[in-house]
Amino acid sequence: MASNGIRDRVAIVGMGCTPFGERWDRDTSDLLVDATKDALASAGVELGQVDAFWLGTLFSGQSGLTLSRPLKIDYKPVSRLENFCATGSEAFRNACYAVASGAYDVAMAIGVEKLKDSGISGLPNLGAPGDGTKAGLTAPAMFSLLAPAYARKYGVDEAQLKEVMTRIAWKNHKNGALNPRAQFRKEVPKETIACSPLVAGPLGIFDCSGVSDGSAAAIIVRAEEAHRYTDKPLFVKALSFVAGPAAGPIDPDYDYTTFPEVVASAVDAYAQAGIKDARQELAMAEVHDCFTPTELVLMEDLGFAARGTAWKEVLAGTFDLEGELAVNPDGGLKSFGHPIGASGLRMLFECWLQLRGEAGKRQIASVARGRKLALTHNLGGAPGECVSFVGVVGSEPSA
Amino acid sequence: MTTGIVAYGAYLPCSRLERKAIGEALGAPAGAGTRTIASYDEDTTSMAVEAARAALRATALRPEALYFATAAPAYLDKTNATAIHAALALDAGAPAFDLAGAVRSGVGALRAALDAPRPTLAVLSDVRTGLPGGGDEREGGDGAVAFLCAPDSREAPALAVPVAHAAATAEFLERWRLPGEAASRQWEERFGEHAYVPLGEEAVARALKAAGVTAPQVAHWIVTGPHGRATKRVAGSVGAAKGTLVDDLAGSVGHTGTAHAGLLLADALDRAKPDELLAVVSLADGCDVTLWRTTAALGARRPQAPVAALAAGGRPVPYATYLTWRGFLQREPPRRPDPERPAAPPSFRAEDWKFAFTGSRCQACGARHLPPQRVCVKCHAVDRMAPERLADVPGTITTFTVDRLAYSLSPPVVVGVIDFEGGGRFQCEMTDVDPAAVAIGQRVGMTFRRLFTAGGVHNYFWKARPIR
Repeated sequence: MASNGIRDRVAIVGMGCTPFGERWDRDTSDLLVDATKDALASAGVELGQVDAFWLGTLFSGQSGLTLSRPLKIDYKPVSRLENFCATGSEAFRNACYAVASGAYDVAMAIGVEKLKDSGISGLPNLGAPGDGTKAGLTAPAMFSLLAPAYARKYGVDEAQLKEVMTRIAWKNHKNGALNPRAQFRKEVPKETIACSPLVAGPLGIFDCSGVSDGSAAAIIVRAEEAHRYTDKPLFVKALSFVAGPAAGPIDPDYDYTTFPEVVASAVDAYAQAGIKDARQELAMAEVHDCFTPTELVLMEDLGFAARGTAWKEVLAGTFDLEGELAVNPDGGLKSFGHPIGASGLRMLFECWLQLRGEAGKRQIASVARGRKLALTHNLGGAPGECVSFVGVVGSEPSA
Repeated sequence: MTTGIVAYGAYLPCSRLERKAIGEALGAPAGAGTRTIASYDEDTTSMAVEAARAALRATALRPEALYFATAAPAYLDKTNATAIHAALALDAGAPAFDLAGAVRSGVGALRAALDAPRPTLAVLSDVRTGLPGGGDEREGGDGAVAFLCAPDSREAPALAVPVAHAAATAEFLERWRLPGEAASRQWEERFGEHAYVPLGEEAVARALKAAGVTAPQVAHWIVTGPHGRATKRVAGSVGAAKGTLVDDLAGSVGHTGTAHAGLLLADALDRAKPDELLAVVSLADGCDVTLWRTTAALGARRPQAPVAALAAGGRPVPYATYLTWRGFLQREPPRRPDPERPAAPPSFRAEDWKFAFTGSRCQACGARHLPPQRVCVKCHAVDRMAPERLADVPGTITTFTVDRLAYSLSPPVVVGVIDFEGGGRFQCEMTDVDPAAVAIGQRVGMTFRRLFTAGGVHNYFWKARPIR
């Protein structure tokens, strides 16, 4: 029994990504049509050439009909799936496996979420009827539990921690300012971030990702056929997905300074991809910065920083666009908002642009110097009870 | 074998309304002192649970029946005593009944428990409301008290036994409320005085006569009722010796309606010496008098929190907050989804967890689980669990947050991750807490609350509260 991975067996040959934001002029179907059109054009294929579809969405529709109806797909398999905030990555992972298995030649993974029609802040309620005993915490509150625990464990005082969180938001907004698809496309002064109204614990409004609409899609084929579609395919190096036992909220041994699920999926993904030192080998990483303390903890869980040191690395600029390892070069959830089903594929879209040298003003210098790998990461749930995805793509097949 | 009170306990909410604050807001004098107010997450059922827990902590004897009296029942048609029964983890064989709707049902529940041939718990609870600016708002109080009555025994000796009862019943329209109304109505005050005083005097005289004692022999006189003038008149005419009238707690607590005669009895028992006489005179739709004699056992058995200490504590709440809690001031809600009402079948399946805070302990490795699990989080043993109730186990805060976005009648919501002494962790709302003063390492205890009401359903569950 092992997680064998499918390194270099499939490749991405086209991608599309809509602008993210409050898309009052677009419904779910429009967003799906927009992203599909772009992805098909990018790969140079017609809709009829795609053999199977995986659609990721949490709130915006059920069943494959959500995709087949607007696109008028003629009698092809369309799977709709969700896995919390990792939904988009989960659509991609399953499409990759279908192609790797030989079942289909061409597959499309697409994610979408239309959040701005609900009229409320944050996310709608989910879940089956219950006994009313689960604390009704909002998402920012659940993730804010990390802050005091991290600060206490590593002796970081309140003001320092706030500075670290502020710098993460500032960095991601700075990157997003360079991205025409982002929801927020301007830099935000650190003072504005630090003084924004409190939402939960030490988290101000600017420590939270926004709420937006969007869609992104990828066309996947077998690796040996990739060059028929593009000169610069991305090869899938690793796909790791784990669901944890959700032990954190009931197990006193969990200390709220790490996501064990992320650690497990990172270890698995690095083994699949043959990565020994992520910080040295990756050109960039798109990580799930739903809230600023999440990104802080992820730097340690993904092995980019030693335990207890990420806060110093953040302050030192290690993860800036020009830093040693660019994290969220496209602006992250912070700049894009988080249309659940779309986010994982939106992250992949940035890898697509960066590794192909097409990221314009955001282009990471280390790609030109020979770094060929990029990582995407999603997590869904809450500290101590989440699902996590880590994927690695590369611009060349491994030797 | 004489049946008497073998254990008792009281509960007063920690929130206070200062009468001065009413006066300032409404521009009319509202007197001095404070009244107790049930918090936004409390009602007569949840306060009854807390009073009953306090009573049962003082004895190993378990009640075999439960009577719950209140003039402000959380539900009609549905029994409220069953929620108290469940929260106390009483045996399913013990019946639970409501005596609901009127202040007089308070002394009625205690009387019924004394008359029962088995250990019976009487719980008296009330939330007193009135329209803003009115006397009921000003002079009412919220609280609960519980008495476990049982035949005197070596294991559970009676602390006080009744030596005589007397009642005077009459039908007259003095105070009333139609179901669903926010406030009670009262006839002209002097009429109530006219009706009550003779009834009070008659019942007191009969009780003294039945007991073969005279008024000056009574060491503690409790004279109480929602009608202030009538109560004062009767108190003045019973013939109490100087200094034997028990303070009515009007200055700090207010009149707690259904609970008040019991609350004052508990307060008097806190201070009484063995072999003393107490008289409880309750004026509510007639008059009920019970003469009690304390026993030698009283000296050794005391509840953990005396009424005087409960009455002395508390923190003031702004008048606008109070009005919001009671629904008299409708505030702009957050732009968030409404809370979902708890569903009946899952709540029924989880009765022991939801109401009694009963988790499970793995019989293979000893790990505790909240809520109860079938597969052990530590050793993964399957179906090796035994139930374990953690309602009375203290814990410490491991991490916490102050949620300013979540829906609440009283934002912000404070949530703590609680690690319990002896194992087990649970993440839950905190209450009676200053958001600015929460800290990792703080000790907390569990308290039964009404989390919210949604879709016409009260969501009862437990919250953590700092141990003071």
